[in-house]
Amino acid sequence: MKKLLLGNEALAQAAIDAGISGVYAYPGTPSTEITEYIQKSKIAQELNIHSNWSVNEKTAMEAALGMSFAGKRTMTVMKHVGLNVAADVFMNMSISGINGGLVVVVADDPSMHSSQNEQDSRYYGKFAMIPMLEPSNQQETYDITKYAFDLSEKFGLPVLIRMVTRLSHSRAGVITGERVAQKEIKLPKNERQFQLIPMHARGRYNHLIDIQPDMQENSENSYYNQLTKGTDTSFGIITAGIAYNYLMENFEDGNCPYSVLKISQYPLPKKSVKYLFDTCEKILVLEDGYPFIEEMISDFLNENKKVIGRLTGDVPRVGELNPDNIGKALGFTVIASKEIPNIVTGRPPELCVGCGHRDLFNAINELGKEADTQKVFGDIGCYALGALPPFNSINTLIDMGASITMAKGASDAGIHPAIAIIGDSTFTHSGMTGLLEAVVENTKMTVIISDNSAIAMTGAQDSSASGRLVNICKGIGVDSDHLKVLTPLHKNLEENIELIRNEINYDGVSVIISQRPCVQLSKEKKDNIKHLLEIAIN
Amino acid sequence: MKLNIILAGVGGQGILTIAAILDTAALASNLNIKQSEVHGMSQRGGAVESHVRISDKEIYSDLIPKGKADMIISVEPMELLRYLPFLKKDGLLVTDSNPFLNITNYPELEELYAEIQSYPNSILIDANKIAKDLGNSKATNIVLLGAASSQLPLSDESVQQAITTLFTRKGERIVAKNLEAFKKGKEIAVNLISK
Repeated sequence: MKKLLLGNEALAQAAIDAGISGVYAYPGTPSTEITEYIQKSKIAQELNIHSNWSVNEKTAMEAALGMSFAGKRTMTVMKHVGLNVAADVFMNMSISGINGGLVVVVADDPSMHSSQNEQDSRYYGKFAMIPMLEPSNQQETYDITKYAFDLSEKFGLPVLIRMVTRLSHSRAGVITGERVAQKEIKLPKNERQFQLIPMHARGRYNHLIDIQPDMQENSENSYYNQLTKGTDTSFGIITAGIAYNYLMENFEDGNCPYSVLKISQYPLPKKSVKYLFDTCEKILVLEDGYPFIEEMISDFLNENKKVIGRLTGDVPRVGELNPDNIGKALGFTVIASKEIPNIVTGRPPELCVGCGHRDLFNAINELGKEADTQKVFGDIGCYALGALPPFNSINTLIDMGASITMAKGASDAGIHPAIAIIGDSTFTHSGMTGLLEAVVENTKMTVIISDNSAIAMTGAQDSSASGRLVNICKGIGVDSDHLKVLTPLHKNLEENIELIRNEINYDGVSVIISQRPCVQLSKEKKDNIKHLLEIAIN
Repeated sequence: MKLNIILAGVGGQGILTIAAILDTAALASNLNIKQSEVHGMSQRGGAVESHVRISDKEIYSDLIPKGKADMIISVEPMELLRYLPFLKKDGLLVTDSNPFLNITNYPELEELYAEIQSYPNSILIDANKIAKDLGNSKATNIVLLGAASSQLPLSDESVQQAITTLFTRKGERIVAKNLEAFKKGKEIAVNLISK
C-alpha cells in the first residue's frame, strides 16, 4: 500500500528499512523531519535505533562514524550549512573510509527559504571524492536511500545524499519495501584504517584515488542515471535530481522530444554526457543550486556556447528552479493570467506573540538609546528576527556561534558596548568555545544567552543546554559575580535594563542568561524544563 | 483528470490540515498526489502556501506552474491575492473574509474585498463566523474546504471519510463538528453560486 510521505519521511523510512542502528543529527530546515520521523517511529523505538539530537553537526557525524567503526549501519543528517560545521570529519572520513554503511544526508535550501546562503553540497561530495546521490522524487528518495547503504559498503566510503527543500517538504504516495535487520558489531579488518596519522593516511588517500575509476564505472551503469534518446537534436538536456520533474512538467504527459540525461548518481557518467555532446547542437543543464554539472562540462572559454544553463543566463543564476523558469529556458512562453494586485503587501515572519525574545529586545533597544555606540551581534535562531522591524535590534548575523566571537573581535577593535545575543541551543552548538576565548582574555563584552529551552525555529526540539547553562558558564570560567539570570517579561523591563546596564559597564566578560521557555512548548515540556532548572540550582 | 490547488494563509493558520484532508481523500480514491508545504522561518507568522496536485496520471512537478492553478483556497483574504499569478483563467477563488493583522500596512478591507469580488469565480465568506456559529471556531478551514468542494474531483464521501480519519484522534465530537463545518461550507457556496 502507498504511504503518503514527505521526501524527508520517505528517506527516514528507507533508513529504518535499511537496518540503521542510529541516526545522528542537529535540527536545521529543511532537514529536520528526517530525524523527527525516526524519533516518532514505533518500529524504530522497538528496535532501539538511536535518534536523540546531537549537540551539533560535527558531533553528530563523528558519532555516526563511531557507530560505523563498530560495523553497524548509520546515518547523519543536516542542512547544507551544517555540513560546514562537520566538514572536518566529513573530509577525513573519506580518507579513513567506513566500516558499517554510513550515509550523510544534506538538505540544501536553494532560494534561502530558511537559510543564510544557498551553497550546493555537491561540491563537498566531489571535494571528498565520494559517491553522491540526488533523488528526483519521493519514491526515488526511498529507493535511493536503501541503495545508498549498499553503495557505501561496496566502496567502503560514506555516501552523500543531497536533498533540496522542495523534495524534502513535498508529499507523495510512496511504496515501501522490506526491512533488513540491524547488523551485529563487527570491527574493521584493517586495524590501521581509522588511524589517520600521516603514514597511514597517505596509504588511505592512495586507496581513495585508486577506487575512483570503480566509482565512475558504477555510476556509468547506475539505474539512477538514465539516458532517454530523443528525436529533436537541437537540445540535449541534463537534469540533476528534482530538475527532471520541472522539465517534464513542460511537456504533455512528459513527452519530451529531446534527449534527456537524468542524473541521480555521481560521479557524472561520462559516456552519456558524451552521447549528448556528439548528437545534440546544444546541451542545456538544469540543476537546482549552483551550476555544478554545467561548470564541469563547459570548456573554460565556452566560446561556442555549446553548454548552456545558469552560467550563460539561460536559466536564472540564483534561486531555485521551477517549471516556469525551465519552461522559459526551453523557449516556452509562461502565461500568468494575473499579476499580484498592488494592494498586497509583504508579510515577513515575526516573533510569536508573548515570546521572551521580544522582551529582551525591548530592554536592549532602551539601552541602545543610552549609548549610540552599542553594537549587538546576533546569531542563528528565532531571535534572528530581531534584525527586522519593529525591533531592528541586531547588527550582525552570520553563522552558528558567531555572535560571541564577533563581539569579541569588535570589542578588541574598540567597540563598546559589544553585546552578543545567542540562543541556548546555538550556544551549546558553537558558542562555548568562543566564550572560553573571551574568558581567557577577560574581554570587555556582554554575552546574553536568550534561553527558551528549545531549538525553537525548527519546531521546538529539545535543547542540550536545558538546565545546564549556569554550570557550563561557571565551568568555562565566567566570574560568578558577572553571571546573571533574568526573566524577560514586560513587568521586569526596568530591572532587566538595570541589570544589563550594570554588566555592560563591567570591564570584562559577563554573561546574562535571559530565561523563559518558548511559547510553542507544551505544558509538559515547560514543566520538565522547570524541573531541570531546579535540579541545576540544587 | 488533473487538479491544481493552492492553499494560502499565514503561518499557524492550519492550511496543512486542508492539505492533509485532500491528500488522504485523493490517496483513498487511488489518485496520484503531490503536495508541497512550507516549514521553517515563514511558519513564524509569515505568508505560507501549499501546492496540492491531484491527478489520475503521473504528476511531475511538486510546484504548480504559473497560470495553471484551478483554484486558490485561502484562510486569509490578502493572502489569497498573493498567489493570483498561479490562477488559470476563470479559476476559482475561495477565501475567509477575516484579515490576519500582524503587519502595520495592511490594505483597506473594502478595497481588498472589492478586488476579490472583481473576479468572476470568487467565494468570499465569513467562514470563521460560520464555524463559530457551529460551535467550533477552529473549523474555519474546513468550512472553506466545504465551500470549494463542489469543484473538487473527489467525492464528498471520500473527503468526509478523510475528515473523520484525521480528526478521530481528537474525539467523536470534534469529528462531528468538522463534518458539519464541511457541509455548511458546501451549502453556502452552492447558494452563492446559484445567485
